[in-house]
Amino acid sequence: MTEQELITNIETAPETQEYFINMGPQHPSTHGVLRLLLTLDGEIIKKVEPHLGYIHRSIEKMCEKDSYQQIVHLTDRMDYLSCHMNNEAVCLCVENGLQLEIPERVKVIRTIISELTRLSSHQLWWGVMGMDLGAITTFLYGFRDRELITDIFEETCGARLTMNYNVPGGVMFDIHPNFQKRTKDFITYFRKKLPEYDELLTGNVIFTERTKDIGYLSKEDAISYGVTGPSGRASGFACDVRKRFPYSAYDRVEFKEIIYTEGDCFARYKARIDEMWESMKIIEQLIDNIPEGEHKAKTKAVIKLPEGEYYQRVETARGELGVYIVSDNKKSPYRVKFRSPGFSNLSALDTMARGNKIADLVATMSTLDLVIPDIDR
Amino acid sequence: MDNENLKNIITSVIPECEFSADESQFLNVIVKPEEFRKLAEFLRYDPETQMDYLFCMTAIDWTTHFFTIYHLTSSVTNFTVVIKVKITDRETPNIDTVCDIWKTAEFHEREVYDLFGIKFNNHPDLRRILLEDDWVGYPLRKDYKDEINIVEL
Repeated sequence: MTEQELITNIETAPETQEYFINMGPQHPSTHGVLRLLLTLDGEIIKKVEPHLGYIHRSIEKMCEKDSYQQIVHLTDRMDYLSCHMNNEAVCLCVENGLQLEIPERVKVIRTIISELTRLSSHQLWWGVMGMDLGAITTFLYGFRDRELITDIFEETCGARLTMNYNVPGGVMFDIHPNFQKRTKDFITYFRKKLPEYDELLTGNVIFTERTKDIGYLSKEDAISYGVTGPSGRASGFACDVRKRFPYSAYDRVEFKEIIYTEGDCFARYKARIDEMWESMKIIEQLIDNIPEGEHKAKTKAVIKLPEGEYYQRVETARGELGVYIVSDNKKSPYRVKFRSPGFSNLSALDTMARGNKIADLVATMSTLDLVIPDIDR
Repeated sequence: MDNENLKNIITSVIPECEFSADESQFLNVIVKPEEFRKLAEFLRYDPETQMDYLFCMTAIDWTTHFFTIYHLTSSVTNFTVVIKVKITDRETPNIDTVCDIWKTAEFHEREVYDLFGIKFNNHPDLRRILLEDDWVGYPLRKDYKDEINIVEL
C-alpha cells in the first residue's frame, strides 16, 4: 500500500464509540470495595474515575468524642497492614504535645516492630501482586513467610494483625523473652528466601512484559499528586519520612533511601523489593542493641493536650501518614485529620492509567498497593 | 532561608496577613479568602519558595468561622508553611480552588466539600466523595446532628 492509500484507509475506517465500564466494587483486583468507572475506547482507557467511601466510618468524627488513648485503637482500622505505624503516628503526636520524654528502649522497640510490619506488608503485597497478574504461587510464598512475622507479633503484642501495641508514652507490654531470638531467626531465614522472590517474578518475561513502561508517573506529577512511599520514590520523588524527618530510632540506623527514576510499574515493584532488604538491615542493626529500661513512660490517666496544633508524620508501608491534632485543652481533641497515603496515591491513578489497556490497570493498581480502609477512613 | 525570611517574602506579597508560630511547629499564615489564590500561586511558582508539595489539606469548624488549612512544603528547599484561610460566611462558605496548582487538591477539596460544605470555586468536579450523593448535612461541622448514629453521653 502506498502512503496515500494508507491515509484514505484510516480516514474511512469505521468510527469507534466511547463507552463506560464499572470495575468493582467487588472486583478481586481492587482488594476491597473500590469502584472505578472506566471510560473506554475499545480496550484503551480514556479516563478512570474512582468512586470511594463504601467503608467510610468517619474515624475523624469519632475521634472528636474519644480520649487520646482510644484514638490510637481507631487508627489500626485505617491501614490495617501498617497498623503499628499508624498507632505510632498518633502516639508520637500526643507525646510531642505533652513534651513527654520517651525511654530509649521504647524508641528501639517501636522501630523494630515498624520495620517488621513493613516487611509483612510488603510480603503480602508481593504475593497479591503476583496473583493479580496470574501467578498463584507467589501468593502462597508471600503468606508462608508473612506467617512467621505474625507469629512474632502474636507472642509479643498479643494479636496478629491489629496489634494495638503502642500507647501514648510507650508500648503496652515489654517484649517477650523470645522476641530477639525469633526475630533474628526470621531475618536469617528471610535473607535466604528473598532471592527466591526475585527468581519467581523479577526476571520472569511475562511479568516484566506486563509491568515495564506501564502506568508511567512522572516526578512532577508524583509531587503534585502527593504520591508518597515506594510509589513516589519509584518516580524519583525523595519522600522517605524516615530520612527527611527522622522519628523514633531512625536517626541512629544506616539505610538507603530507595529511589528509582523510571516511574513505571516495574520501578514501583523493584522499590518495594529493595525496601525489604533495607528493612532487614535496620532490624539487624537494632535487634542486639535494645537498651535496658522501662517500656513505658509515666502518663496521667486522663491526657489533656495543651491548646495548639500538632502535626506528626511517619512512613507507613504505603507512604506518608500525617496526623494533625487540634486541641482545645479538653480530654478529647477538637479536630483530628489523618492525611492517609492511600487517598493521595489513588488520586494519581487516572493520570497513570490513561492510554493503557484494562489489563494494565490491574498491574498499575497492584503496584500502588492500595488498602481501601486507608482511603475511606 | 528561615522563618523570618519566609515571613518577609509573604508580607511583600500580601501585606495584610497575620502570622502565628507559637502554638504549632510550623509557620502559620492567616489570610482572607480573596487573597489566598494570589499567595498560593506565588508560593508555588516563585523560584525562592517553590512550594510544590501540598502534603495535607483540611478544614476546621470553629463554630463562628471556618478555617481551610493548607500544609505546604517544598521538595527542593524542604521549607514548610501552613496557610489558613478564614471563612466567616457560614451560610455559603466558598473559596477559590487550587487544584490546578497542586493536583492532589482535587480529591482533598472534594473531601472538605463533602464533610464541611465549603464550596470551591472553579473546581472541575465538585461532588461528594466519601458519602452518598443524597446525604443531608455536613458531618464534620460542629452543629451536625445525627440522633441515630452519634451517641451523646
